[in-house]
Amino acid sequence: MSLLVVAEHDNHTFKASLRHVLAAARDIGGDIHLLVAGSGCEAVAQAARALPGVACVRWADDPALGDGGAENLALLVSRLARDYTHVLTAASAFGKNWAPRAAALLDVAQISDIVRVDAPDTFTRPIYAGSVWATYRSADPVKLVTVRPTAFEAVAGDGAPAPLEAVSALPDSGLSRRMSVALNQSTRPELESARVVVSGGRGLGSAERFKALLEPLADKLQAALGASRAAVDSGYVPNDYQVGQTGKVVAPDLYIAVGISGAIQHLAGMKASRVIVAINKDPEAPIFSVADYGLVGDLNEIVPRLTDAL
Amino acid sequence: MKLLVPVKRVLDYNIKARPKADGSGVELAGLKMSMNPFDEIAMEAAIRLKEAGQATEIVAVSCGPAGNQETLRTALALGADRAILVTCEADVEPLAVAKLLQALVAREQPGLVLCGKQAIDDDANQTGQMLAALLGWAQATFASRIELQGDGAALVTREIDGGLETLSIRLPAVITADLRLNEPRYATLPNIMKAKKKPLDTLAPADLGVDTAPRLALVQVSEPPERQGGLIVPDVAALVDKLKNEAKVI
Ligand SMILES: Cc1cc2nc3c(=O)[nH]c(=O)nc-3n(C[C@H](O)[C@H](O)[C@H](O)COP(=O)(O)OP(=O)(O)OC[C@H]3O[C@@H](n4cnc5c(N)ncnc54)[C@H](O)[C@@H]3O)c2cc1C
Repeated sequence: MSLLVVAEHDNHTFKASLRHVLAAARDIGGDIHLLVAGSGCEAVAQAARALPGVACVRWADDPALGDGGAENLALLVSRLARDYTHVLTAASAFGKNWAPRAAALLDVAQISDIVRVDAPDTFTRPIYAGSVWATYRSADPVKLVTVRPTAFEAVAGDGAPAPLEAVSALPDSGLSRRMSVALNQSTRPELESARVVVSGGRGLGSAERFKALLEPLADKLQAALGASRAAVDSGYVPNDYQVGQTGKVVAPDLYIAVGISGAIQHLAGMKASRVIVAINKDPEAPIFSVADYGLVGDLNEIVPRLTDAL
Repeated sequence: MKLLVPVKRVLDYNIKARPKADGSGVELAGLKMSMNPFDEIAMEAAIRLKEAGQATEIVAVSCGPAGNQETLRTALALGADRAILVTCEADVEPLAVAKLLQALVAREQPGLVLCGKQAIDDDANQTGQMLAALLGWAQATFASRIELQGDGAALVTREIDGGLETLSIRLPAVITADLRLNEPRYATLPNIMKAKKKPLDTLAPADLGVDTAPRLALVQVSEPPERQGGLIVPDVAALVDKLKNEAKVI
């Protein structure tokens, strides 16, 4: 077997999730090649050579690949994929965007967001907001799989540097162009890989209170901030804070849910956390059924006291 | 410009899915089915484009069993002008749906396909991207803002990890809707009545020359690992003590 893992990066560094995707690749077994496609991304390709278990880094550097657009990347991956039995990438906004496009170009099914490798051709993935797990076997010649990073423990350490091989890009499709990108600047750890996440819901009541109550708590714990859909829809925080079925999936050591009721769509994104704390005034809130430690009461009183006690 | 809006019939989002006792699938018998919420958002986006005079006709499409007619009637009540049902198995895979839609695009020649970013049953998040690939069209997934520019291009703002990105895409294209694109309207009673008279055509995959045979074999459906929660602590001091000394996470 031979596997191609497609790296997510920003042309400077690769994302922490890559080590988790490599763990899934290792579970499948076989030779692992890594594709670093971008523009001015040599530093990423060089750094990736030391990732454990990687036999070869294939490096495609071209302005047409610079903004990670799905059209050019999917075409490139679909050409390269014919030499492999598997193509893997993270089930992030990046992977979700281009991978199905590559699958269709290859005329294969994609298996999305796997949480377990059962066999090299068989994978388990959550469906229905994680209420149910489904196991699928694929007979396609190339298995195109997106991986839920939090479900696989990151490969650790460094290996002997793998050879680097340049790959030429294809002509720009000209179908789409990135005009602007607005990333939320934050000095906090990244939500998907943080050790502690403090998440707020509609119970916070306003953007001001979200900030005033949860930021000091997150500062104390060196935590990332997350939110429910209701908190995002109400404009308390930006869209990329959303945790859940249709937002981000997180599995920190500690997840503190404040003023979040615990709808299944929210639980889908945090249920695999190691320890869950819930703070909610409603003792019947479903969040308590998944919380290791629940505290019933008014978050306006509890949160400042908790921040002080830490 | 004509708009094509694919819609899927799914288990209502308020109902918690359970595996069938024999693990052969998900229990759906007798449960409430609804239009996939992301498809409602895509439909709303289409209606607003038509209301703004930027689109002339909205065609709603569904691929699935006869029961999907109900979902198409909802689409017609919301504002679609006509509907097409491609009758097939309930669990037709995204690649097959994309191929059916590709064939319908060849017939209907829409300028834009608007779909939901994912269906909340299989959570696959694939069909729009696959359709764009088969057509060789541009794609803009996870859209939170769409602006047609009149010169055969559209500006689409997308929700990405870390923030927002704005793309300029060439039309025709496939756009998939995210939650913040709009707030869908409800169908009014008079419109539900009117929808009963709007045209709804039925086709078979063979009429479109598409093979919908599955590529994946479902081995089993199972309960996810269960979490033991439910412990209530009396106060902040007790919580901090537990986190320090029992869970050892702080
Ligand atoms: C298609 C679709 C996709 C979705 N995707 C997601 C997703 O990815 N992520 C997500 O989170 N949701 C998602 N949802 C929404 C989900 O169904 C819920 O509506 C949402 O999670 C509710 O957010 P909430 O818990 O903040 O708000 P609510 O359900 O309104 O809960 C607020 C909670 O705050 C508590 N509270 C209020 N005041 C106080 C106080 N002073 N002190 C203590 N507690 C207080 C209340 O008791 C209540 O439990 C999705 C829904 C749909 C239809």
